[in-house]
Amino acid sequence: MRRVALTGVGAHRPAHREDNTAICERIGSTDEWIRERSGIVTRGVAAPDETVVEMAASAGGKALAAAGVAPGDVDLVLLATCSMPGPLPGGSPAVAARLGATSAGASDIGAGCAGFTYALALAADSIRAGSSRTVLVTASERLLDMVDHDDRGTAFLFGDGAGAAVVQAVEGDGPDGVGPVVWLHDGAQAGLLAIRGTPLRLAMEGRAIYRWATTALPSVARKACERAGLEVSDLAAFVPHQANLRITESLVKSLKLSDAVVVARDVVDSGNTSAASVPLALARLVELGEVSTGDPVLLLGFGAGLTAAGQVVRCP
Amino acid sequence: MTTATSQDVLAGLAEILDEVAGTPVDKVVPGAAFGDDLEIDSLTMVEVVVACEERFNVRIPDEALEALRTVGDAVALITASVPA
Repeated sequence: MRRVALTGVGAHRPAHREDNTAICERIGSTDEWIRERSGIVTRGVAAPDETVVEMAASAGGKALAAAGVAPGDVDLVLLATCSMPGPLPGGSPAVAARLGATSAGASDIGAGCAGFTYALALAADSIRAGSSRTVLVTASERLLDMVDHDDRGTAFLFGDGAGAAVVQAVEGDGPDGVGPVVWLHDGAQAGLLAIRGTPLRLAMEGRAIYRWATTALPSVARKACERAGLEVSDLAAFVPHQANLRITESLVKSLKLSDAVVVARDVVDSGNTSAASVPLALARLVELGEVSTGDPVLLLGFGAGLTAAGQVVRCP
Repeated sequence: MTTATSQDVLAGLAEILDEVAGTPVDKVVPGAAFGDDLEIDSLTMVEVVVACEERFNVRIPDEALEALRTVGDAVALITASVPA
């Protein structure tokens, strides 16, 4: 079976950033309460021309450049998203066309906030099985199109943005760059987080989601490390879905991560960007130089479905 | 199996609140309100409840959380729920 490697990451953060001020006025809250409740200070707000496809292509182009890969060499483009303007068509063919990935297959992945880690697992498996040599995995969301801006429980939580990663077949020996995935679902709790209605609006039972995330996910994280042949203490960094800083801190505590492990806290600047949050947070750590090439990083996506997927990757 | 007394539950809850939220043990009295007196918000309550479920072998569904305003409410619910 082939080895795979993560060879580049890229991010598109909307130019317009918004702090909590206007949101507080609208829902009758305070900056202090929002920060205490979620850790969020600002979030990205996509402009009309920053569509899901455009942002995915922007992040994807940066990831391809970082990896030194020509678009024509991409075999498969995946797009994880839940915020395309309609159910058809998916965005991935347009992303592939936009980038000039003329030889690529293209498919959207719908796994809520776990979309990127699911797509990454499928990308790695596609390469191992011989269907691809180079896969571009993108995740892009315009969640603010779907948020109920008057809902005191959710209006402040979400943001827009896109992230991407290039996964390639590699020769030679060494640790696999994308470790075996550990995934689970809890479809019995599907109703806890949904985008539905006319117009489409996001509704979430935050406390129940918090309970699920903080109780069900530590074992996914531990198993992902175990399957990658690592102890949790071997990790250089932990990049959970940036749902809420309170969930992150609870997971850090449950996993007993030492201060030596870098923890992604991009939610503070970006809010919850659903599927885009993991690649955005990973790209931020790479940009800041907080992780180095080859470092083992645990990615953990989780959310609507309910569904979760995590794997250890080697930093590009 | 002996049933837990209210005092056992109160003591256990105080330990849990200290561990989860750093709440001083002497503040954990039946009349103390989680929100107003102990500054425990609804997300921290989830952690407290999960810890109580593990410690006392009870199940506290999300719907029951709404009714837990004071330490006394929680002690009463847990004491009544502990398997005989």
